[in-house]
Amino acid sequence: MSNLLILPIIIPLLTAVFLIFFKKYILVQRWISVISVTATLVTSIILVEKVKNDGIQTLDVGSWPAPFGITLVSDMLSALLVTATSLIALCCIIYSFRSIGEGRERNYYYPVVQFLIVGVNGAFTTGDIFNMFVFFEVMLMSSYVLLVIGGTKIQLRETIKYILVNITSSALFVISVAYLYSVVGTLNMAHISERIAEVNQPAILTVLAVLFLIVFGLKGAIFPLFFWLPGSYYAPPAAIMALFGALLTKVGVYSILRTYTLFFYHDTGFTHELLMILSLLTIVLGSIAAVAYKDMKKIVIYNIIIAIGVITYGIGAMNTDALTGSVFYLIHDMVIKAVLFLLVGLIISITGANSYDKFSGLIKHYPLLGWLFFISVLALAGIPPLSGFIGKILIVNGAFSNGDLVGGLIILISSLFVLYSLMRVFINGFWGDPEGSKKKESIRMGTYLFPVIILVGTAVAYGVFSEYVHMYVSQAVEVIENPEMYIEAVLQK
Amino acid sequence: MRKTNDLILQTVTKIVSFMIFMFALHIFFAGHNNPGGGFVGGLLTSGAIVLLLLAYDLKTVAGSLPIDYKILIAVGLLFAVGTGLGSLVFDVPFLTHAHDIFTLPILGETHLHTAVLFDIGVYLVVVGTTMTIIQTIGENE
Repeated sequence: MSNLLILPIIIPLLTAVFLIFFKKYILVQRWISVISVTATLVTSIILVEKVKNDGIQTLDVGSWPAPFGITLVSDMLSALLVTATSLIALCCIIYSFRSIGEGRERNYYYPVVQFLIVGVNGAFTTGDIFNMFVFFEVMLMSSYVLLVIGGTKIQLRETIKYILVNITSSALFVISVAYLYSVVGTLNMAHISERIAEVNQPAILTVLAVLFLIVFGLKGAIFPLFFWLPGSYYAPPAAIMALFGALLTKVGVYSILRTYTLFFYHDTGFTHELLMILSLLTIVLGSIAAVAYKDMKKIVIYNIIIAIGVITYGIGAMNTDALTGSVFYLIHDMVIKAVLFLLVGLIISITGANSYDKFSGLIKHYPLLGWLFFISVLALAGIPPLSGFIGKILIVNGAFSNGDLVGGLIILISSLFVLYSLMRVFINGFWGDPEGSKKKESIRMGTYLFPVIILVGTAVAYGVFSEYVHMYVSQAVEVIENPEMYIEAVLQK
Repeated sequence: MRKTNDLILQTVTKIVSFMIFMFALHIFFAGHNNPGGGFVGGLLTSGAIVLLLLAYDLKTVAGSLPIDYKILIAVGLLFAVGTGLGSLVFDVPFLTHAHDIFTLPILGETHLHTAVLFDIGVYLVVVGTTMTIIQTIGENE
C-alpha cells in the first residue's frame, strides 16, 4: 500500500481527534491511546522492514509530482527514528497512567501527547523544508501545553521562558527558509539539494548553513544555545519530562543531520568545523554541569546535553564511522534518556527528595528498581555489552581517523563524567542504610516498572544484537553519505 | 450595578450579525476561484458571534447557540483528516482530491470538489478555536 509511510502520522492524529470527544472518560482515553500507539509502533516496524527490502519509500501527498507537491520520504534513518519514537511514546503513556494525576488526564493530556507524536513523526518523515517547519510547530505547540498542563507555579514560569525561546527560534526558522527559497527557488529537500549541488554552495549558502545550525541548535540545545533547556525540562512531571528528553531535542539533532548531509556538504571546511567545535564545547560544559549538581533531574538533564554534543560531533566529522556512530548513538540515547527520566521520576515519587544525598539504601526495599537503574547507567556510559558502547566507539574511531585526537579524547573522557555523575546517585541513594527511604505500600510498582523494563530490555538488546541492528543502521548511513540516492528516490529519475 | 439600556445595540446586532454570517458563507464558498476560503470565513463567522456576545451576554448567546466549541474543533479536524482518509480507501496518495460536475435539482450544473470538505474542516476548527479562546477568557472571573 502506497500510504504506509503516512500511517505513523495519521494514526496518532486521528486518535487525538477522537480523544477530544472522550474528554470525561479517562479509562476510554487510556485504552484508546495505548491501542493507537501500539498500532503506530506496529506500522512503523512494518515500515522499517519495507524500507529494508524495497529501499527508500516516498509518497507524493495529493498525487502532485515531486518538486511541486509535498513529498514524504521514509529512508532507513527516519523509519528507525519513527519506530523509536512510537516505542518511547507507548512506554511513557503507560507510565503516566498512575503518575500523571487525574486533573491532567481530564484536561486533554492524552490528546496532546498524541499531537506531540504527530509532530515528531512528521518532522522525521517529511521531505519538504517548510512542511518540516509546520511539523516542528505541531510538536512545539503540544510541548507548550504539556509543559504548562497542571498549572503549578514552576511550570508557569518555565513555560514562559520556553515559549519565548521557541518562538524566537521558529521565527528564525521561517527567515532561514525564506532566504533559502530566495536562493534556490524550491522547498522540496531533494530538489534543494540538487540545486545547491548545481551552484556549488556559494558564500550565501554557507551563511544559510550557519543560520540553520542556529535554528536547529536552539531546538536541539547545542553549546551557546542550550541555556533554556535545564530550567524548562525541570518543571513538568516525570512522564512528560521523559517524552521531552527523549524526543524533542532529538528532532533538532535529526534536522542538523539532515541539512548538513543533504544540503550543505559541498564546502565543509567552515560549517562542519564549526559544528565540531560547538559540539565539543557542548560536551565539556554538559560534563561540568552534570557532576556539579546533586539534584537527580538536573544530572539527567545535563546528560542530555552531553549526548547531543556527542551526536552532533559525529555529524560534523562526516566520515562513515562517525556517521554510523551518530545514528547508533541517536537511537540509543532516545531510549536510554526516556528510561532515566522515568526511573528518576519513580525514585523521587518514592523518596520525595530531589537530591540523591537525602536518602540511602533504596535497594533494600526496591531491588528491581535498583538494578534497572544500575543497568541503564552502565548503558548510558557505554559499557561494552550495552547499547551506548557501539555508537560511541564508532564516533571516537571516526574522530581518530580524521586525525582529531582532542575531539576523540574529549568524548572518551566525557563518558567517565557521565558514568560518575549517575553512579553517585546509585552509590549514595541505593547503597547504605535504608534511611529516608521507607517502603511505600501505596505505590504499585508494576505499572511504573513495566514500561521501564520494556525500554531497558530494548536498550540491552540493542547493544547485544548490535550486529543485527548494524544492518539497518548501515543502510541509513548509506543514504546519508550518498545524497544522490535520496534525490533519485524523491525526484524519480 | 445600574442596568444600562442596550436597545439600539441589540436591535442593530440582530440584523448585522445575520449579514456578517451570510457574508462569511459567501466568502467561504468563493474560496476556490476568488479570495476567501475556510480560514477567513471562519473568522468572519466568529466575528458575528462575538458581536452577539458584545450586545448580549455569555449565557444568552450560549442559550441560543448551544454548541460546545471544543467538540466543534474535533468535528472540524475529523472533516479534514477524513477527506484524506478517503484516499486510503481508493488506494491513492493521502489527500488526493477528486472533483466532477454534477447536475443538481435547483442549482443546475455544479462543480463539486472534495477540497470543499477539507475547507469545511478548516472553517469549523477556526470557529471552534476562536470561540473557545474568547469564551474561556470571558468566563474567567
